[in-house]
Amino acid sequence: MTGLILGFLYALIALGYTMVYGVLKLINFAHDVIFATGGIAVFYAFGLWFGITEPVTGPELALVVTAALLIGGVVSSGAAAALERLAYRPLRRRNAARLSYLITAIGASFFMTYMYQQDFLLGTGKRSFPNFMDRQSAVAEDFLGTRVTDIMFLLVITSIVCLVILDRFINQTRTGRSIRALSEDITAAQLMGVNVDRVIVTTFVVGGFFAGVAGVLYGMRFGNVVFNMGFIPGLKAFTAAVLGGIGNIRGAMIGGLALGLIEHLSSVCIGSEWKNVIAFSVLVLVLVFKPTGIMGERMGG
Amino acid sequence: MATKRDLRTYLNEAYPKTSDRLPDGVVNAFNGPYRAYYAIGYWRYLVAALLMATIPILMEPSILGDFFPALEDSVADLESPIPYLTGGFGIRVLVMTGIWILLALGLSVVVGMAGLLDLGYVAFFMLGAYTTAFMTESGGADQFHFVVWPNVAALPFAILVCILAGVALGIPTLRLRGDYLAIVTLGFHEIVRQSANNLTITNGSRGIPGIERPDLGLPESWGEFAVLSSHNYWFFLLIPAIILAVIMIRHLEDSRVGRYWTAIREDEVAAAAMGVPVVKMKVLAFAIGASTSGVAGWIFAGYATFISPNNFPLLYSILILCAVVIGGLGSISGAVVGAMLVQGLPEVVREASGGRTVFGFDPETGRIAVFGFLLVVVMIFRPGGLFAPKRRRIELSEASAAEGVIIDESAQPSQDEIEFASSVHEASQQKEGD
Repeated sequence: MTGLILGFLYALIALGYTMVYGVLKLINFAHDVIFATGGIAVFYAFGLWFGITEPVTGPELALVVTAALLIGGVVSSGAAAALERLAYRPLRRRNAARLSYLITAIGASFFMTYMYQQDFLLGTGKRSFPNFMDRQSAVAEDFLGTRVTDIMFLLVITSIVCLVILDRFINQTRTGRSIRALSEDITAAQLMGVNVDRVIVTTFVVGGFFAGVAGVLYGMRFGNVVFNMGFIPGLKAFTAAVLGGIGNIRGAMIGGLALGLIEHLSSVCIGSEWKNVIAFSVLVLVLVFKPTGIMGERMGG
Repeated sequence: MATKRDLRTYLNEAYPKTSDRLPDGVVNAFNGPYRAYYAIGYWRYLVAALLMATIPILMEPSILGDFFPALEDSVADLESPIPYLTGGFGIRVLVMTGIWILLALGLSVVVGMAGLLDLGYVAFFMLGAYTTAFMTESGGADQFHFVVWPNVAALPFAILVCILAGVALGIPTLRLRGDYLAIVTLGFHEIVRQSANNLTITNGSRGIPGIERPDLGLPESWGEFAVLSSHNYWFFLLIPAIILAVIMIRHLEDSRVGRYWTAIREDEVAAAAMGVPVVKMKVLAFAIGASTSGVAGWIFAGYATFISPNNFPLLYSILILCAVVIGGLGSISGAVVGAMLVQGLPEVVREASGGRTVFGFDPETGRIAVFGFLLVVVMIFRPGGLFAPKRRRIELSEASAAEGVIIDESAQPSQDEIEFASSVHEASQQKEGD
């Protein structure tokens, strides 16, 4: 169950990586900060401005949780859109090499991460996340051998809803079709009347939204936010995206779940200090035998 | 005169001599000067060596007296003109910059020349450092070394281990395209680092202390420079190592191997079709890149005398890639300058700020933010890096010659044609104005 929850988080973040990669063929290294932005935004909004730090109950809880997820998602979307507008679009105008995008992404990631570290934002230490949902109460005391808390339950449900919505969005809406067209061939899509700039921003916004939701869920689950909280989950999510076949939405979901389960199993069976070694070894093995990941690179389902 | 050559011969023949690329008459008239021009290629190394040699002299001017006895009396009491260089923090940054230059040079072979995106390069650095620690006297318990050799004897083994690791990483990952290779190399770094963190022979995260320093037996009259524990000592290892690495890479660049790498970087399928041994060349790129970081690892182990997995975070692999790209992919001077920027710039920001804050922004803790911002700005305004290589241009012109495009004077537009074209252009502009 722990592995599954981790897997859903990875899957949510991996969606952003895989969508941007599918469209721009760019590893968006700044996606980890977009993820962190969601958590940090809710930390600010609830902890400092609204002052909701005590657990709430009843219909209020539903309202508060929805608001938190939406705030996290929207702020992260904004950050992702700003990133695209300020950093990537100028590069696209100049027809930069792909490595320049990568370095720009790394630079943007450094910039934002260490701005959060400044005292007027988060500071260096861990800050406790507003505790608006009771961390102890459990929906099921013993589900397949684990105690499932409300937050874990919420995390799984939210993730499944998000993944289903995104899958429908990509495969059945007009915008989704444009995104798929762009991932096949940008020039051809442009000739067919797709507004490339707008679709690319949309991709960033959608990916950013899910990353923001994941950031909020992460904050709720682990109870704190820290300026570089995105680095490790971002790395893992990227690994998950590659594992599933980068550029492929369903691949990202499956890769995320697979990675979460692998990590959990290896820390149970071998020891948690080896979990990263095992996870990356599995990744290398999968890529050696199937160089495009589990699901291949095609974006649509 | 440009003769008709196909791409195959372009890739396989020896590098065209200057005289082959010039008309006969020009060759006869300018043969001497052109030879001199090529010789300047080597002079540049000498100039670079002299420039770097000024660093030790600036640090301790009295050293001049050892080399030039006539000056001995006049320089004996000179103080260093830049106190920053004589000890403590500044000089540590300089030594680390030197090590990073070596790393950046190695990575520029892998990424810049062969076009293989390597995000785990520091893993080789780490292997080099740990090999050194295993083979020499290191402090603490006996279990941290397999043999006890003098530090210098560990150097060839540090290089060898790195080359083997490069081959071992290269062979299974060769089928992968750019971004998959990036994540696999990144995973390789994490696998190596976490293993060192968890194994007993590496003493886990506590690291290996008390590694012996290499004793070059410098004369005692060199003062600080002969003292093993001083920072100054390391310039006599770093400067030759950097110069040798530059010479090696410069020669590789112009060799057949270098052109194979270029071909693979530009279009792997086409290169394979032209008979480039893609697999062999990729493994070679990994191995040569790794060997440089083996030397860097050896120097680092001796310099720091203490290594632990925390000295080699994933962030460094990413930063070193930044150094190579920000300097200019495939450019040697770019790699050197990039390493200086990555290692030195945050420290300069820290020094320059002197503890002041700007609108609540503290440059000391935020120096990486400043660095990140500059990375973005540089990439937007100079996407090819600060020292975008001239080689790209040369390659393009040579490639067109290789494809058999013969530049014909008569194909240029005549004066009449140019005038006609410009009058048409003016007329169309007037029409738009109306």
